[in-house]
Amino acid sequence: MTTIAEQRPRGISTWSRASGWVRNPWGRPRFLVLITWAYIVWSIVPVLIAVQFSFNATRSRSVWQGFSTRWYWGDPVDSVWHDPTLRHAAVQSLKLASADVLIATPIGVLLAIGLARWMGWGARPSNFLMLFPFVTPEIVMGVSLLLVFTHVFTFVGAGTDAQILGHVTFSISYVVVIVRGRLFSIGRQYEEAAADLGASPTVALTRVLLPLLTPAIVASAAVVFAISLDDFVISQWLSSGGETDTVPIRIYSATRAAPLPSVNAIATVMMVLTLLSLALAFLAWRVFTREERRARAGQTKDLAVFEL
Amino acid sequence: MYRRWLWPGFALPGILWLVVLFVVPFYAVVAVAFGTVDPILSQPVPIWSPLQWNVGWIVEVLHRFAPGGTFFGPSVRTVEYVASSLALCLLIGYPVAYYIARHGGRMRSLLLVLIILPLWISYLMRMLAWVNLLATDGYVNRFLTFTHVLSQPREWLGGEPSTVVLALVYGYIPYLILPLFAALDRIDRSHLEAARDLGASPLSTFLHVTLPLSKTGILGGAVLITLPMFGDYYTPNIVSGTPQTSMIGNQIDLFFHGGPQPTIGAGITVVLALFLTVLMAYYMWTIHRASRDVAAV
Repeated sequence: MTTIAEQRPRGISTWSRASGWVRNPWGRPRFLVLITWAYIVWSIVPVLIAVQFSFNATRSRSVWQGFSTRWYWGDPVDSVWHDPTLRHAAVQSLKLASADVLIATPIGVLLAIGLARWMGWGARPSNFLMLFPFVTPEIVMGVSLLLVFTHVFTFVGAGTDAQILGHVTFSISYVVVIVRGRLFSIGRQYEEAAADLGASPTVALTRVLLPLLTPAIVASAAVVFAISLDDFVISQWLSSGGETDTVPIRIYSATRAAPLPSVNAIATVMMVLTLLSLALAFLAWRVFTREERRARAGQTKDLAVFEL
Repeated sequence: MYRRWLWPGFALPGILWLVVLFVVPFYAVVAVAFGTVDPILSQPVPIWSPLQWNVGWIVEVLHRFAPGGTFFGPSVRTVEYVASSLALCLLIGYPVAYYIARHGGRMRSLLLVLIILPLWISYLMRMLAWVNLLATDGYVNRFLTFTHVLSQPREWLGGEPSTVVLALVYGYIPYLILPLFAALDRIDRSHLEAARDLGASPLSTFLHVTLPLSKTGILGGAVLITLPMFGDYYTPNIVSGTPQTSMIGNQIDLFFHGGPQPTIGAGITVVLALFLTVLMAYYMWTIHRASRDVAAV
């Protein structure tokens, strides 16, 4: 079977490829290559420039005047380390993200298992309800949570507690989607095998299913941490003033007031944290599923032997 | 009995959470929008029973949405911005997704990581990046004056609609490319070969096979970015911050955070949510029809 892509001659030298580019730069894949790489550069370079200006030696965020770490810790007043509002915002962001992970992950994992195994009449509407936070604009969620915390559940009020409750509300669905994907790919055979060997549902769950779900649970915790750190709208609507401001809220108000490169610096720190947590989750996933992938590779090899 | 209640029991905490903190709050918005305002404290008083709803405020809000009202301009502007951003996103995003799905080759994983990367960089950080670039003495102005495209620096951040549209495209396009890629990647290559074998030119193969088969991805991605764009208020605030570029989300923001009149704010939120529900229903209906057509074939 030959595919369209394979009809092009294989193993062309770099030279002939280059001369092909000169002769016809608008050939279909070439035009697509150009657009794709231009898009990637456009989507990433502005962020890199923002990171660059976090290391600027002067107060400007648009004219480069030499490298310094002044905005991270050097400046005794305005650096991320010394400016109490920035440091406080970072602490608040981390507090919300940690609480969010601790609450949303267990609830979401249970909901995912429940929705995947529950066959009753309530399963479909519950599933529907779980998907709703994905399609609801954040401003609608922000308005509704603010109103409910200030007029109905008045014992909560606006502030850190409200922010945590709000973050958990939009995070649960992410956990469910990630864990359920893994549940579907595992299938039910392991649990059924455990049941055949006499395990009760609870034992099958704790001894068989949960270990198999570990990579998805770790990944969803990291994703929740990342989306909570990056959230702006819900944190802003449920904030009760200066001391509950998170880093995104600081960035938002700073871009509209007189901004300093320290804003770029704290944004860079948070970006690195987000990317690190996701990279760790990805590594954890690879490590946890290594045996499976090896087994699968072995399986196909066995089958190949069988076919011969 | 134990087995029967085991799985619903697992789902219970999550469902309760979503009912108490997602469904009830949304109903609270409706109750405030159809409620009254305390004349002394000027605080909104929600009315929970639909039988006692006060329609006065919502009628007032609807009046302002009509041509000549204060919300008419922002609504038209919102639709304009969202429509042009969506068109630009598709124009840029479709070729990119197509290239990675069809011609990615060995670079495929790398390209996918680079496409996903912006999703994991905070939206505010990415907007901040453009605020730096578009400043009066920023790189964009310096490049444009250096190449003599502009004779003097332009105030990109002073209320330019094009800046807002650019920021929206920049902010939301990664969310469109992924579903597009997934849809294009799913297309069975044998369909394309069949078209080519039957004598279709590359262009007509694309128009009659690839494009229709990727329709669900286009629609899904479009919905995924359109819904949050309609509720956006921070993007125009960050890159422009003037009333000339104010969107409907900014009106909601204003009535809660500016001069607080939550009843009117809740009214706009209800109107916006209804409008988005209609959009969503149209999308579900198209998807339903498409899957029925596939089943019929």
